[in-house]
Amino acid sequence: MSNLRKSLSSMSASLVAILAGLVAGFVILLFSNPANAGKGLLTILIGGWNNGMKGVGQVLYYATPIIMTGLAVGFAFKTGMFNIGATGQLMVGGFVSIYVGVTWTFLPGAFHWIVALLMGMLAGMAWGMIVGVFKALLNVHEVITSIMLNYIALYGINYLVKNSNLFDSLRNQTVNVAATAVIPKAGLDKIFYITKGRLNDVSSVNAGILIAIALAILMYILLNKTTFGFELKACGYNRHASRYAGISENRAIITSMAIAGGLSGIAGALMYLAPASGLHIHMEEVLAAQGFTGIAVALLGMSNPIGIIFSGLFIAHITVGGFYLQSLKYMKEIIEVIIGLIIYFSAFSLLVRDLIAKAGKRRAKKGNQPSKQEAVS
Amino acid sequence: MDAVYFLVQQMMFFSIPLLIVALGGMFSERSGVVNIALEGIMVSGAFTSILLISNLQSGMSGQLLLLIAIVVAIVTGALFSLLHAYAAISLRSDQTISGTALNMIAPASAIYLARMIQPNGVQQVQFTNTFRIEKVPLLGDIPVLGRLLFQNAYITTYIGLLIFVIAAFVLYRTRFGLRLRACGEHPQAADSVGINVYRIRYAGVLISGALAGLGGLVYVIPTSTNFNATVSGYGFLALAVLIFGQWKPLRILGAAFFFGLMKTISSAYSGIPFLRDLGIPSDIYKMVPFIATLIALAFTSKRSQAPRASGVPYDKGLR
Repeated sequence: MSNLRKSLSSMSASLVAILAGLVAGFVILLFSNPANAGKGLLTILIGGWNNGMKGVGQVLYYATPIIMTGLAVGFAFKTGMFNIGATGQLMVGGFVSIYVGVTWTFLPGAFHWIVALLMGMLAGMAWGMIVGVFKALLNVHEVITSIMLNYIALYGINYLVKNSNLFDSLRNQTVNVAATAVIPKAGLDKIFYITKGRLNDVSSVNAGILIAIALAILMYILLNKTTFGFELKACGYNRHASRYAGISENRAIITSMAIAGGLSGIAGALMYLAPASGLHIHMEEVLAAQGFTGIAVALLGMSNPIGIIFSGLFIAHITVGGFYLQSLKYMKEIIEVIIGLIIYFSAFSLLVRDLIAKAGKRRAKKGNQPSKQEAVS
Repeated sequence: MDAVYFLVQQMMFFSIPLLIVALGGMFSERSGVVNIALEGIMVSGAFTSILLISNLQSGMSGQLLLLIAIVVAIVTGALFSLLHAYAAISLRSDQTISGTALNMIAPASAIYLARMIQPNGVQQVQFTNTFRIEKVPLLGDIPVLGRLLFQNAYITTYIGLLIFVIAAFVLYRTRFGLRLRACGEHPQAADSVGINVYRIRYAGVLISGALAGLGGLVYVIPTSTNFNATVSGYGFLALAVLIFGQWKPLRILGAAFFFGLMKTISSAYSGIPFLRDLGIPSDIYKMVPFIATLIALAFTSKRSQAPRASGVPYDKGLR
């Protein structure tokens, strides 16, 4: 019961932040072009629905990697680690899954994409584990290791792609993965499409979103229903106390970062195991944005895996809304400003949550007192 | 020998912004507030000051324009960091959250504003670089040293070095510095002897904002001719330099120069005959600074200790 109340109050805190962020966004719209502001806000709120079921599918498609990186950041938060390296882990996982997807064509049909996905996960795990090892054994701050590893991953992958058969030099990106390595649609293409003339315009959504949601639930169980998860959280709450209780702090740090890295690695695999029309790794010197968006997703979801599903869906929803905003002569960057503001207000709303909790306690006390007296009498 | 001059001159372009921003971060963290927003603050400072240069350059040029831009960058950075200070200090919220928020807001609003203000909705802010000093009079003629430091330089280099001297002096030799460090180590103890912890922490964050804003401008001027709402992760690198430098000015100076040198080698190796002839691909060179930093950290971090109260909101009611 108290658990439910706690998650309800933290949810209401996030909702207050979202509301405040949207109001601030509306003010910006008003300042930039008053005539269209109302319509603009509506477009953001409608999000994917602007384009029927295809738009909704696109929301799910954009949500997939950021739910995964959100989980990666949130999971590390639970052990008291700030995983700013999700973007590097994502790229390493994506690269390895592309490698498997292109070259391991000897794998039979359905196995191919599963193996590619798993190899991406393992690669992300290894990359994340380096951070944990540096932190646990060498006392190097996880933020600095992660930042360095992000850039090492970026340039390293550029080098490896350019010097292998994975390079499509014409488009300056990676080549297409084999058809068997593409994440299957799992019937979602039968739901998320719009009809254009005689053709179905199908959304890019695939089984990735189902995998992401399943993994979020798995992470929830792991954190809340197992001893292992309890140990990880204990280290996050109080390192010294958990060491005193016989929990190996070093092991917790390393495994937690490995799991976080694995989640990011899957994000990369789900992004890049795509058909020819989908995403490829570009040979640019830019870190994948999905890794940083994951920080926002985790913060808005209060690092709770179930909360992260919803915050990921929400951020994807208004991001897709931002694309349609451009037809009203607004820049789509306003969405990022709004997301930033929501995160900023969510810092405030910890305060709101405390107030709500206090009010709730007071009410509970008042309600309890007569019953106590009854018991005495 | 020419290669050495070239290397040192180039190194300044990378090291000085890192030095300025990391020193800024030092003031914030030594006062007890983690400032992960350095990247966003750099973007904000660079954006307003470059926009100013872009608009004034038809009537002005040279060092005066640069000095005005510097003031604008400092003011912007300080104002923007107020958002972080308010959330982190007054509201006692999680410092990572507001820092991350600022990092998202700054580049997005820089693009948004640039596209709103500029004709044709162009995202990049163009400017003409009229700020390079070919040779400082008199000082530039000193043998060796003159060529190393006083030729092909920017006024910002000297400002950066001056900031270093002032920062070290303020932190260790003034009453304010002592109070700042006390607030970062044990705010309750500081409060018990009558120090206003909130005010000191506000000062720390504002100084970090001012310096990060300046660092944004200093980074963009020598390395580009337009500003595209990014400082290429230099704020995060400055954070790394700060930690590498153990939150101490002199070590930060060393860390900034070390990283700057590695970065110079990786980006300018084609101008150095010996390195060019090795035939190593450029992507490998680009990894060098990051790998070198990691290795250096692995050997030096065993006893690393952040300011004790850094990242912990100060609650007066808590004892």
